[in-house]
Amino acid sequence: MTIQNASVSIKNLDLSFGAVKVLQNLNLDIGDGEFLVLLGSSGCGKSTLLNVIAGLLEPTDGQIWIKDKNVTWAEPSERGIGMVFQSYALYPQMTVEGNLTFGLKNAKVPKAEIAKRVARAAEILQIEPLLKRKPGALSGGQRQRVAIGRALVRDVEVFLFDEPLSNLDAKLRADLRVELKRLHNNLKNTMIYVTHDQVEAMTLADRIAIMKGGKIMQLGTPAEIYGKPQNLYVADFIGSPSMTFFDGTVDGNIMRIPGHDLPLGRYEFTSQPAPGTPAIIGVRPEHVMTGDNLRSAPYTTVVEIDLVEPMGSDTLVYCKFGGQTMRVRMDGQAQVAVGDRLTIGIDPAAASLFDKTTEVRL
Amino acid sequence: MADTGMLNAAAAVTQPLRGTLAAGPRGPKPKNKFSRSNIIIYGTLFVVALYYALPLYVMIVTSLKGLPEIRMGNIFAPPLEVTFQPWVKAWQEACTGINCDGLSRGFWNSVRILIPSVILSVAIASVNGYALSMWKFKGSEVFFTILMIGAFIPYQVMLYPIVILLREAGLYGSLTGLVLVHVAFGMPINTLLFRNYFASIPEELFKAARVDGAGFWAIFFKIILPMSLPICVVALIIQVTGIWNDFLFGVTYISSPDRYPMTVQLNNIVNSVQGVKEYNVNMAATLLTGLVPLVIYFASGKLFVRGIAAGAVKG
Repeated sequence: MTIQNASVSIKNLDLSFGAVKVLQNLNLDIGDGEFLVLLGSSGCGKSTLLNVIAGLLEPTDGQIWIKDKNVTWAEPSERGIGMVFQSYALYPQMTVEGNLTFGLKNAKVPKAEIAKRVARAAEILQIEPLLKRKPGALSGGQRQRVAIGRALVRDVEVFLFDEPLSNLDAKLRADLRVELKRLHNNLKNTMIYVTHDQVEAMTLADRIAIMKGGKIMQLGTPAEIYGKPQNLYVADFIGSPSMTFFDGTVDGNIMRIPGHDLPLGRYEFTSQPAPGTPAIIGVRPEHVMTGDNLRSAPYTTVVEIDLVEPMGSDTLVYCKFGGQTMRVRMDGQAQVAVGDRLTIGIDPAAASLFDKTTEVRL
Repeated sequence: MADTGMLNAAAAVTQPLRGTLAAGPRGPKPKNKFSRSNIIIYGTLFVVALYYALPLYVMIVTSLKGLPEIRMGNIFAPPLEVTFQPWVKAWQEACTGINCDGLSRGFWNSVRILIPSVILSVAIASVNGYALSMWKFKGSEVFFTILMIGAFIPYQVMLYPIVILLREAGLYGSLTGLVLVHVAFGMPINTLLFRNYFASIPEELFKAARVDGAGFWAIFFKIILPMSLPICVVALIIQVTGIWNDFLFGVTYISSPDRYPMTVQLNNIVNSVQGVKEYNVNMAATLLTGLVPLVIYFASGKLFVRGIAAGAVKG
């Protein structure tokens, strides 16, 4: 996918700390007004990449372009970015207003303009009553609002978020997530958002870049990432609970796993593998069919239930299948117990096949 | 410039963000006040307190007695007749060499040495520490290591080379020269203090300020310094007491008795071998000399352990 109207372009970016390569030949185009999420486990380089975009770290090689300007060597304040940090990073000795205006005063923005922008940001974020308070007297959610406000008043092209919700408790996190999405819908700025939380990534993103070891493993819409993971890492990383994987071989339109020959039917191969290619098939727990859905299943079998995990909205059932413990997501009201026999159906069209050696999607 | 006791106290404050949670009483409810362990603990504390307080008591009462009363020998007895004459004499009239204008001359010399030395050394060390903790450059660790090694070289080794340096610079014997020496020798320990304190300030605060367009000095003055009152006070105490109590540099690098700092002058008064030993004047002179560090301790002790960075980050 090429972006015509790129807001941020990262070209052949390399970053090493001594012998450690943190980012390797990274290329990424982010569209105007796009919400891009950098997703990965800790140490994958996502925060580092964000810091390089912000200008807080210097790349070893490569270029960064923001709005058709090469900003690779520009100061953070000259790049037209605003940044929100995980720890909020509010200046403790200044009031909320002082925090909001610090950057504007440094940029020598006229007083009337400062007042106007602060009023607008305070209104959008509903922090007007807090303006005279100090950060120490604010709750976590309020602090994060102020931190977002600090980026907002600077009237920037691009917002950078470095795990902004990680320090909040679960309920507040969900609330602020919705607010962030609404904020993006209203402002239509480009936003780059770093997180390790896949729910945040799936709900907020226009596109997600999944990173590992300083490389982008897959870049795509949440639906693409979830439905058609390009490699085994992405397939395993996305989805909770994650896919169950079975080793086997592909023979034309049949996937042979221990004890079962699964007809692949409507599975869309990227390229048809040679007969007998060793492969891995990944099946999401929610794609295993039970009950009424069984009628449309191309392949059914009977399994014995190993373990039941009721989760309220749905029930997770563990059973032996193809030499593995397979997870099956059932309705929360399903009446199942350990030892019950359960008919399950598998539709390989919804599954993902990977080459065993390259771990790339087939 | 600092003794080790000061350093231990300082180390406690170099971590401003911790320890703020330890408010309020903890542990089990106290038991009987006159239990055996309490008697032992307070008994020991009392003896130790006495051990430290007694010399001070003797000095104070002796300084308030006349010479005939001192000659009677009861050094612990309170003065029968309180006189402030020894204090006046120590301050205004005691003779060192040809000058007979008392300790006041040394006091003002010391003040003239102290103020620029303290201001310069704290100012430079804080910027040093700031640069070394937040603006790391290639070789900054090496630079810091070299600075630290400087702290471990005995002063005696450097005495004579510095005499030559000052002579070549035309500053030997002057107060300016001594100020420069104090500033240089205060640098390693104070840089270390500031660097460690600044290293405990969340890095994201520094990043946020950079995104907000603040440069090296703006971040230092507007963000970092306002959060650094406790460590500034620690550095101030270390420098004031260290420089005020200095004897070695004062006696080495000042060439004329006119410009001797108070400590050197005190030594000359107390150790003069001519005439009668005026114990009361000596005691008063010693107390006068120790007054400045004492005042500094009492005035700033509370700030010594206060962290004001609470609320900067997650909470």
